[in-house]
Amino acid sequence: MMKELPKGQSIEEKQYLVRFKADTESHLHVLDTDVCATKCPDKLCTIFCPAEVYKWEEVRMHVGYEGCHECGSCRIGCPHENIKWVYPKGGHGIIFRLG
Amino acid sequence: MAEKFDVIVVGAGPAGTSCAYTLAKAGVNVLLLERGEYPGSKNVMGGVLYRKMMEDIIPGFYKEAPVERLIVEQRFMLLDEKSAVTFSYKGLEWGEEPYNNFTVLRAKFDQWFAEKAVQQGALLVNETVVTECLVENGKVIGVRTDRPDGDLFADVVVLADGVNSLLAKSLGFHKEFRPDEVALAVMEVLKLDRKIIEDRFSLEQDQGCTFEIFGDATKGILGTAWLYTNKDSLNIGVGAMLSGLIKNKIKPHQLLDYVKKHPIIRPYIQGTEQQEYLAHLIPEGGYRSIPKVVGDGVIVVGDAAQLVNAIHREGSNMAMTSGVLAAEAILEAKAAGDFSASMLDSYRQRLMDSFVGQDMKKYKDATHHFEKYPHYFEKYIPLMNRAASQMFTVDGSSKWEKQKKIWRELGSAKEKWKMARDLMQAWRVMK
Repeated sequence: MMKELPKGQSIEEKQYLVRFKADTESHLHVLDTDVCATKCPDKLCTIFCPAEVYKWEEVRMHVGYEGCHECGSCRIGCPHENIKWVYPKGGHGIIFRLG
Repeated sequence: MAEKFDVIVVGAGPAGTSCAYTLAKAGVNVLLLERGEYPGSKNVMGGVLYRKMMEDIIPGFYKEAPVERLIVEQRFMLLDEKSAVTFSYKGLEWGEEPYNNFTVLRAKFDQWFAEKAVQQGALLVNETVVTECLVENGKVIGVRTDRPDGDLFADVVVLADGVNSLLAKSLGFHKEFRPDEVALAVMEVLKLDRKIIEDRFSLEQDQGCTFEIFGDATKGILGTAWLYTNKDSLNIGVGAMLSGLIKNKIKPHQLLDYVKKHPIIRPYIQGTEQQEYLAHLIPEGGYRSIPKVVGDGVIVVGDAAQLVNAIHREGSNMAMTSGVLAAEAILEAKAAGDFSASMLDSYRQRLMDSFVGQDMKKYKDATHHFEKYPHYFEKYIPLMNRAASQMFTVDGSSKWEKQKKIWRELGSAKEKWKMARDLMQAWRVMK
């Protein structure tokens, strides 16, 4: 069941409000791109990730780890357990200033 | 020679800091490790901090802690697409000592609290990720960090590493969580002049209020939205079971925008300016998802132990109590010179005897029940809205006629039976 929601603000506009100190390497790894390409028609991570870190680019999953909120949803929500997920290096990643 | 502490606490959130504070105060040599730039920099919550459990640790804390507003009103909105049935409790006793709860901004509050633990003698080290527990002969003897030469040793390691609980998982204390055991929450902090907040929400100075919003706010998925008042900002957020977001293919930030633009909610946030956008998971598996919380030389507290009462939006208070109870068990273990699982098990016993364990038990079936039967949200909330509209709209038909019409709207006799059964079952999982 797909529930249509109005488009709303783009994720980029929201992410612009957040402070990040990106590491030089990704803390998120898609284990097997073939699984995304052949076994995962819905590519759910591109939908439920709250920062839209995952973007399907024809043959591969682009992982924009720099904007990750480190919530863990992708690790738990990937139906194929195809995401290796660790924390970014100490002091790196998202830095909340308020909430 | 590698460094050895009495206790290493992993994570400087409410659970970890409560534990470290209590231990340091008792003279224990405690190291508090935080992966963020500062405590709170990775932490998110809706914003309600309960006084009691925090005051058990630091009496009168609110006189100096960065709290936002003291909550005097809690509203509950049952939202439909263009209407809402709202219940509220406003009690001015909450505006006087002893207060009930406060709104806080976690990045500020957690920093303050961790600093208090440091003043008691805890050693706080930020920007340090614990990558694994060091285990020898089945006993946890320390942690490996991502710093060079980063092995650190302790008699007890307290895992307060939050909802993802990677360390307890690596010890085999729990399996990977399922999407129906966690809620994904997204929130925005919206700047608004304090005077406007007070006028808009009928508050006097320093008073605050909270809205919990059910129904159309999550498009029928199990979850809630919330709107809380800070000093000069509002927190608006929405949290829904990850399984529900997946099933309905909903983008969480679009759901938040839907709430923000909802005609009933919109007027409360108009004229605000976005300050921050945040996402985090909430452990909502309840009692059945609580992992093993004690092993040889190791204890699990707070979100890492899944200690959240989703029905009453309590979590940070449970975290604090679990941290204190862990500290008490460690102090006993230290006195006995025995850090085995059987000795530390007094933590688990205390936890289960406390309000934390009792409330987790009380609602052990609640989340699962409402997750399994979405019609509580999808069907009954709109029904209540239509009934209220029918009853309160004066259109010349008699109140008897209106009652009959509402009764007819409930559907066939079979559907009414189903509804009665649903109500009974809801009562059963909540009582």
